[in-house]
Parts: sequence; structure tokens; C-alpha cells
Amino acid sequence: MGRLRRFLPVLLLIPFIALLWVPFYNRTQPMLAGFPFFYVWQFAWVVLAALLTWVVHRGWRA
Amino acid sequence: MTLPSGSGVRFDATALGVFAFFFVLVTVLGFFAARWRRGDLSQLHEWGLGGRRFGAFVTWFLLGGDLYTAYTLIAVPALVYAIGAYGFFAMPYTVFVYPIVFLTMPRLWNACRKHGWITSADFVEGRYGSRGLALAVAVTGVLATMPYIALQLVGLEKVFEAMGLGALGVGRETPLIVAFVILALYTYSSGLRAPALIAFVKDAMLYITVIAAVVIIPIKLGGYGAVFDAAEKAFAAKGGDTGVLLKPDQYWSFATLALGSAFALFLYPHATTATLSADGPQTIRRNAVWLPAYSIMLGLVALLGYMALAAHVDVKDGSMAVPALINASFPPWFAGFCFAAIALGALVPAAIMSIGAANLFTRNIWRPYVNNQLSNAQESRIAKNISLLVKFGALLAVLYLPTKFAIDLQLLGGIWMLQIFPAVICGLYTRWLRASALLLGWLAGMVLGSALAWQQGLKPVYTFVFGDAHYGIYIGLLALAVNFAVSILATPIAAKLKRESQPDRTQALDYQDAAAG
Repeated sequence: MGRLRRFLPVLLLIPFIALLWVPFYNRTQPMLAGFPFFYVWQFAWVVLAALLTWVVHRGWRA
Repeated sequence: MTLPSGSGVRFDATALGVFAFFFVLVTVLGFFAARWRRGDLSQLHEWGLGGRRFGAFVTWFLLGGDLYTAYTLIAVPALVYAIGAYGFFAMPYTVFVYPIVFLTMPRLWNACRKHGWITSADFVEGRYGSRGLALAVAVTGVLATMPYIALQLVGLEKVFEAMGLGALGVGRETPLIVAFVILALYTYSSGLRAPALIAFVKDAMLYITVIAAVVIIPIKLGGYGAVFDAAEKAFAAKGGDTGVLLKPDQYWSFATLALGSAFALFLYPHATTATLSADGPQTIRRNAVWLPAYSIMLGLVALLGYMALAAHVDVKDGSMAVPALINASFPPWFAGFCFAAIALGALVPAAIMSIGAANLFTRNIWRPYVNNQLSNAQESRIAKNISLLVKFGALLAVLYLPTKFAIDLQLLGGIWMLQIFPAVICGLYTRWLRASALLLGWLAGMVLGSALAWQQGLKPVYTFVFGDAHYGIYIGLLALAVNFAVSILATPIAAKLKRESQPDRTQALDYQDAAAG
């Protein structure tokens, strides 16, 4: 576990992949509460990126 | 239900009264701030960094108030109102920012605290022992900040316009001058403490405004589904590269604009200043976790662009879309509240920007090149005067130059700001790149970035065409790639020509968190 912790910041790459891959989320369906998927996905990643940052913050011992 | 359309201007004494109340409240706070967490304001780190004593809570308000400016609140929905999904690049942009902040800024804070540095140029000079490179960093920061301050004034101007101050016969200059003179005076007397204290009021008001807007307006318009449908219809009628989804041609420019803007943001002097004023690296990390709350708000604000379309708000100038929507949707007293929130959204960042630019100018231009015998008190006094000068310059620019001039310069500013990335951010990890090579890379990036933007008619994107495929790339990132290439290639040459580089005043431990406290 101790050695793995050093690599925890790699988690922070995930939001970049999720949002730079534009063709994947540039679509209307599935919709949520009237929002096209394009918007659902972006709002979701604001929250998910913050969560990942929190995980790294709690667990990371450089 | 449809809302009344028109020019978006409404003169109302109640709205004006509410607005004036909050403006006066904030002015009192601004002057009172000098006594808050009292410090010796004749020291530059007290005036310009608030004594590096802001905890996680204050820093959250300060950075939030600093980064999500009035210009953002007006320009992002304006872009969404005009072209749709493309304007949403601001969302991935703010998602990318915080992981970068989390990883890099605590290192910068540690090194700067250890050596008493207050700007990124201070760090570069200490790290590379190069005054030239530090000057390049400082000049870039000051140049990029000036038009940014001017744009805050443009935001303020839109609010005054929407409140129909023209009907009072006071002209467009008077309210702007009054607002800016007040701002200049309390920034002069209280330093960074003023925007930090005002940011509490500003952010609270902004959250109330945004939550009210994104709940009440869609109810009037028949729900979010109806808002998106109406926006789609409006774009279909308009044609071109508009719509609530991106066109395939826009994928690359959308992604690179978001990425490049995220890399640039914390290189801006106002962001560095607010970050360095935190009381420790853990405060910065905690803020990287909690600042995204503002990004949610920004996304909701961007949606106001669609609501304006759905409400048939018809304005020629997209920047009037949100003010007009507010006038059309809310009773006068609440419209006055919203306008006050946006106006404060201009004043807080403008204050921090002028302080950031003043810190840079005093420490990294005036001190080494004009008078290197400055006492601490003299240094602080010069910074105060420079902050006045910077704001006055921005005011003159807005009053006497076309608005487009400030917008174009702000665009160039983002491209310029990115060019100090190799020196500042890479410098936090390695000193392999030589100062002279970095300077050459910076020059190449600045020239290429400006030239490309100019050649594109001051647009941020350069389009590569391969057969039928179009790839638009943010010019700032293109220039940064060239900057990196030049810096890397020139480093071995620089090492050959001059075997020993200047001494590094930092040690590996300086970048780590202190063991206790």
C-alpha cells in the first residue's frame, strides 16, 4: 500500500481523459432532467474531479 | 410564458437604491479591512499578500471571488447566447484547473514562503539566478493583467447600462469613474485585505443570484427541457457553427481552448497573489478540492445564455444578454441585488489584479532596474502607487479606446501568460532547462503566438486543414509547444557556451511541506 500511494496522483489524469475526449460526450442522449448528455457529463465531472482530488489529498504521502 | 423583450434596459429607483446600498456597504468594508487581522501595511508582504495568513475558508472566498470575475459572468453566457455549446469550453477549463493547482501551487508556496518571495518572478530569479528571465516573467504578467482589469470595467459598464443610468443624464463615464476611484482608494489603504473581506459579500450575493436565476427563470420558461429546445430552435434559425451540441469541426478547438486556458490561469499574477496569500500548502490543497463548487455555479451561469434565447431576449450585444434577462425576469429590488453582485464581481478581481501587477512591477522591475536600495517601507509605498496607476490606465483605456481593443488584448494576454509555463511550472520540479534557453523559448512563444493571433484576425484558434478535416488548435498551446521545443533544444547549447550556470538559491527541501505547522 505504501508504495502504491506514491502513484495516487495518477488518478488526477482521469478528468483530463474524460473531458478531452469530446466526441464521446457530444450527444443528446441519454438525457437527465431535460439536460442533454453533453451538459450532464460536464457537470458530473466537476464533481467527480473534486472527489478524485479529495481522494488524492487524503491518501497521498509523497 | 414569454418575457417582454426590448433593449434590456430598465430604469428603476428601487433597483438603483438596492444597488447603491450594497455599494456603500462594500466601500465601508473595504476601508475597514485595513484593521482586519491587523498587520504592518508598510511591509509589501502585508499589503500585497495579506501577511500570508489567510486560512482555507478565507482563501476559498478570495480565490473564488478572484477567478470568477464579472467579465466571466457576462462573457461566458454571452458566448453561449451567441453560438451555443462552444461557449461551454469554460466547463472543462475549470475542471482541468484544480488538479493542476493541487499538484503545483503548494510547491510554489513552500519555496516562496521559505525565501520571502511574493511573486512568481521572484521565484524564477531565485531558482535560475537570472534577472533577465525574471524580468520576462514580470513583464508578461503586467502586460496580460492590464487588459484583464479593463474588461472588469467593461462588465461594470454593462451593469450600469442595464440599470438605465443613461436616463439620469450622467453619461457613461461618471459612474465608472466614481466606482473606480472608490476601489482605488480602499485598495491603496487596505491592500489585499480589502478584496478578501469584500469577497465574502460578493460571493454570497453571487450564489443567491445564480441559484435564484437557475431555479426561477426555467420555471417561468417551462423547465430545462423547454429551455434547451427553444435554444436549439433559435440556433437552427441562425445557422452556421451554432447549436446546443458541438459541430465536429469544433472538437479540437473546444478541447485545446479548455486545456490551454487551464494551464494559463494560475500563471496570472492575480491568481498567484491570491494563492501565495494562503497560510500554508494544505490550505491550497483543500481549496483545490472545494473550489470546484464555483465551477458548478459557472456552468449554471453559462446556461443563462440559453435561458435568454428561450425568453426571447433580443439584444445586439451578447454581453447585454444576462443583464437584459435579469431585468426581464426579476422585480426591480432583486434586479438591483443581482446587478450589485455582478458589479462586486468586477471590483474584487480588479483590486487583486492591480495588487498582483503592482507586486510584480515593484519587486521585479523597479527594484532591480531603478533603485535596488529600497527600504521595505519604500517598496510598499511604490507598490501602492503602482496599483493606482494600473487601475487608472485601465480606466482610461475603457473610456477612450474601443471595447474591442481590451477584448483583443485580453485574448493575446492569455496566449502570453502561457509562455511563462516552462520557466515557472517546470522550474518547480527541475532546473535542467537553462535560463538563457528558457528566455529564448519565451521570446519564440511570445512572437509566434502574437503573430498567429494577429494573422487570424485576433482569433484564439489556428485551423490546420488536412484534406476535408479541420483541426482548430488554441494558439496559446501551439506557441507553448514551440516555446518548449526551443527551450529544450537550446539548453545543451547554452550549457556548452557557458559551462556554469548561476547558483540556485533553493534546495529540494524548500519545495516540501514544513514538518510541523
